[in-house]
Amino acid sequence: MRRAFEIMRRDLRLALRQGVDSLMAVVFFVLAVVLFPLGVGPEANILARIAAGVIWVAALLASMLSLERLFQTDYDDGSLELLALSPVALELVVLAKVVAHWLTTGVPLIVAAPVLAVLLDMDAQGFVVLIVALGLGTPTMSLIGSVGAALILGARRGGVLLSLLVLPLFIPVLIFGVAAVDAAIGGFAARPHLMILSGLLIGAVALCPWASAASLRQSLE
Amino acid sequence: MLHRFANPTRFLRLSAALLPWTAGLTLILLIAGLFLALFGSPADYQQGETVRIMYVHVPAAWMALFCYSCMAGASAVGLIWKHPLADMAAKATAPIGTCFTFLALVTGSLWGKPMWGAWWVWDARLTSVLILFFLYLGYMALHNAFDDPTRGARSAAILALVGFVNVPIIKFSVDWWNTLHQPSSVVKAGGPAIHPSMLTPLLLMGLAFTTYYLWVLLLRLRAEIVAGKVRAVRLRRAHG
Amino acid sequence: MDPITSFFHMGGYGAYVWPSFVITLVVLGALFANSLSFLRAGETALKELQDEDVATEDEASDEA
Repeated sequence: MRRAFEIMRRDLRLALRQGVDSLMAVVFFVLAVVLFPLGVGPEANILARIAAGVIWVAALLASMLSLERLFQTDYDDGSLELLALSPVALELVVLAKVVAHWLTTGVPLIVAAPVLAVLLDMDAQGFVVLIVALGLGTPTMSLIGSVGAALILGARRGGVLLSLLVLPLFIPVLIFGVAAVDAAIGGFAARPHLMILSGLLIGAVALCPWASAASLRQSLE
Repeated sequence: MLHRFANPTRFLRLSAALLPWTAGLTLILLIAGLFLALFGSPADYQQGETVRIMYVHVPAAWMALFCYSCMAGASAVGLIWKHPLADMAAKATAPIGTCFTFLALVTGSLWGKPMWGAWWVWDARLTSVLILFFLYLGYMALHNAFDDPTRGARSAAILALVGFVNVPIIKFSVDWWNTLHQPSSVVKAGGPAIHPSMLTPLLLMGLAFTTYYLWVLLLRLRAEIVAGKVRAVRLRRAHG
Repeated sequence: MDPITSFFHMGGYGAYVWPSFVITLVVLGALFANSLSFLRAGETALKELQDEDVATEDEASDEA
């Protein structure tokens, strides 16, 4: 457990040292959202209507951007092999790396989201639910994404492939994330949707580290 | 048991014996099914003649799920027992499943336009089948993305197993969410809810698609084995 | 309307019913053709390789 913590700290240190990388995801997130008022037009009521969906889609794409490098650098310089040989279970290593990834990309997205919601004129009733839903959804996406990131190690055109593999699996998170925010804005209960999002997160925590570890193992054989 | 079929030579002989049977059965069932679907069955009192689209749409959707389940099953066998023939079966199933999923989507669209007034609606069943289609595409892309074919096979197998969570979601989506797509009327507690004159062509088409799957699967498996032999010979030459 | 026209008319839904059946048969036919050509291509390649093997063996035995 302590070793897993060390791996996490190492990843965090690495990410902070090259700070630009994790910043890039947030910048992409903001840019992608800003494109919508320019594309759809500045009418406040239309923007308010689509705000939740736009923010979620942009968050989904942004959290996918940095996934490719989740295992790639460690794979290239051979430290992944060392991690696999170490006494820590590979599943735990995956979990530690996912937590580090979420802290460096997911959390900044959650912080940026309310600002963007204001820009899009979203109803204030949805703000808390948006933050809670993103708080449940972004770690789920990091977990699902870790499977994709592990599968494409050593593949040709890994980046494009990763989006093809991971985006379909993100769809449930997107659907219930948007539904929760829309329910809150419409004056309905957001709880059931948030419960499903928590269910997805729990399912992802239980399954994804195994699948990622399995694919990491076969990529190292 | 497994090792009796593990031998590709034995499989080639077995499949050669089976091929004409699957071919003949497919053609007979398809002709009978098409005849009943287009001539020998009545129009539905609610849906009119469009109900005939169901005779290709429903079996295609069944096969889309069936092929994915077969692919995931074969992938699991390939991962656990490192069985080369299972890997090949999973790989050979993917394009067939993709075609059936595509057909289910297209024929569903052609039925939805006159009945719902839209080519596409975003309900749970349609969305989850669309995800299935992308999973098939991702599986095939991942399979081809590696220089080493066994790595491709194993990565794709893991993806197939991860994506399998989608299958029960599709199966029960119409029961869990009260959506536009109508619930199953064939597999139901207390017997099917449709009249035998419509059930017969539906089942015949379903059987025809199943034997078609077996037929093309055998063909593609043979092709995979032959391609593997060609690769082996070329490799041996290259290393002289 | 005579029976054949009404059959193709499909109660006004001919434009939806016929394409479904045609697309199904075309896609299934194309997949079958693709699988068959995949098999044939492999078989010819294998045969060529084996013929080359026989040829080189013949040369070897001639030399001996």
